[in-house]
Amino acid sequence: MNKQTKITGKIWIIKDENGCFVDDIDTDQIFHNKYLAITDIEKMGEYAFSNLDGWEDFPDKVKEGDILVVGANFGAGSSRQQAVDCFTALGVKLIIGESFGAIYWRNAVNSGVPILVCEGIKETRLNDRDEIEVDLLSGEIVRVSGSDPLPCAKPFTKIQKDIYESGSLLEYGKKVR
Amino acid sequence: MGKTVIEKIITFHCSGDFNCEATPGSVVWMDLDVRTARDFGGPNVVKNLLESYESDRVADPGKTFFTFDTVAPANNIPYAQNQQICRKFAAENGIRVFDVNSGIGTHTLMEKGIVLPGYTAVGTDSHYNILGAINAFGQGMGDIDIAFAFKTGKTWLEVPSTVRVNLIGMPTELVSPKDVVLRLLQEFGASSLLGKTVELYGDYVTELSMDGRITIASMATEMGLITIFPEVSDRMMEFCKQHINANLEAVQADEDARYDSEYNIEIGNLKPLLAAPFHPHNVHEVSEYEGVKVDSVFLGSCTNGRIDDLEAAMEVLDGKRIKDGVMFKVVPSTRKIYQEAMERGILEKLFNAGAIISHAACAGCASGQLGMTGEDEVQLSTANRNFKGKQGKGKTFLVSPATAAISALEGKITVPV
Ligand code: SF4
Repeated sequence: MNKQTKITGKIWIIKDENGCFVDDIDTDQIFHNKYLAITDIEKMGEYAFSNLDGWEDFPDKVKEGDILVVGANFGAGSSRQQAVDCFTALGVKLIIGESFGAIYWRNAVNSGVPILVCEGIKETRLNDRDEIEVDLLSGEIVRVSGSDPLPCAKPFTKIQKDIYESGSLLEYGKKVR
Repeated sequence: MGKTVIEKIITFHCSGDFNCEATPGSVVWMDLDVRTARDFGGPNVVKNLLESYESDRVADPGKTFFTFDTVAPANNIPYAQNQQICRKFAAENGIRVFDVNSGIGTHTLMEKGIVLPGYTAVGTDSHYNILGAINAFGQGMGDIDIAFAFKTGKTWLEVPSTVRVNLIGMPTELVSPKDVVLRLLQEFGASSLLGKTVELYGDYVTELSMDGRITIASMATEMGLITIFPEVSDRMMEFCKQHINANLEAVQADEDARYDSEYNIEIGNLKPLLAAPFHPHNVHEVSEYEGVKVDSVFLGSCTNGRIDDLEAAMEVLDGKRIKDGVMFKVVPSTRKIYQEAMERGILEKLFNAGAIISHAACAGCASGQLGMTGEDEVQLSTANRNFKGKQGKGKTFLVSPATAAISALEGKITVPV
């Protein structure tokens, strides 16, 4: 399968009412434990960020193909896959952050959702709804209209690329023995 | 070059890759001795397996388990159905289920000797790294990862670097393992050691009870750590040897192991601590919050639901009455602990003091299983998370069992004496 390795989209920056990046967003804020009995991915979207102050209406605002830009330690907490799947359900194409909770990171990689660590993303002058282009293999990020330098994300690792190209770890699992 | 504990465990489990050098940052395939799913995540694991693979869905049923602990027994129809999906799949594939009467899955694995020192294990539980308490490498994972682990018996892993932490000094008896781990959270916060592993050394560690080791290992997740390995001790080995006749060998770091960094943390003069709302690393001395009115208290969870913990509360409450209007909920971590607490009269004393006692499970820690908090209510919990909204609309403080008990007695936050 030939998967896109350059992704272009408009960004949502997860900030608080003072305009600061929100760090340490845990999985209960992303996808609250009261909805955990849901197993259909399509049904998960409407609950994304339903427990994060100021972002409860995110599912109504986000558009297919958008990119999520987050702060440090995003997805701390529980092991729930739903905290990744709810964004897939909404059509989010890429998640970029200062850093991620270890399990959250794995869950995104395994479900074939492009996810990149970009140290320094919090210091950039990116604005909501800016359009950026990201090269998954080199980690390069550019603003579609504009030339100011942006920090570079860590490129895909080999395993991340392999899983992404297969579609998911489960698809990849059909190839490995 | 020497290796740290985690580097050794991973090296022993390198899968199909002759040159597996488990050095920090490298990505390796690792064989898994044990893989489990709980009622939370489990149905999604089953769904993934059924949808993705036509046959041979479970590499080795003998190494695969379900453990129902999150909503046990199911208190709503979706969870009941989800558990049923897992039971059916288990029966069809010869997988053993530790059902809703067992208690917290990770504790069950340790108690039954299913996980032993040096083992690798994964499950749909973010506190799976608690297995570090017995020198095993546990990793919590999402349902795709676990489905893959059921199917192949393997997982991929980026080898974490290791930080060495030396605990210096011996705290007084008023200070419990929970206070010590809260001290670590105060020092390292939620993410300064993100994705790393900690080896914990010091006389305090080698003398620690098994229950205390579990308390400390259980909060690695809140620090963003992959896992915490408390130094191997005789008490730990005794605990593990209950289940096995053969020689057990624990995994120790080489003398010349390479650490990412090293810290000394003084605990000799430590005072009882708490984590104020809404973050486990929002740590303060209990005395700073002395007098705050308390509405409910939860004693239990994978962090503090063991005999030591129930006993610590009992010592405070024996012969006394919990303050009117305070709800005091007690939940042993496993059925075995429940039994022991019953036989030793601990539960009776807690009951007579006014406690509500529930059967072994995650209970107060998982969604609404044993009550939620209302707006502005203050809850003290011996669990590991106090995130906003997790336990209802109120405010949750994380405390030790002794602080929980004395505060229940007084009806307000109180420093243990
Ligand atoms: S007690 Fe809480 S933290 Fe521990 S395993 Fe259960 S739900 Fe997870």
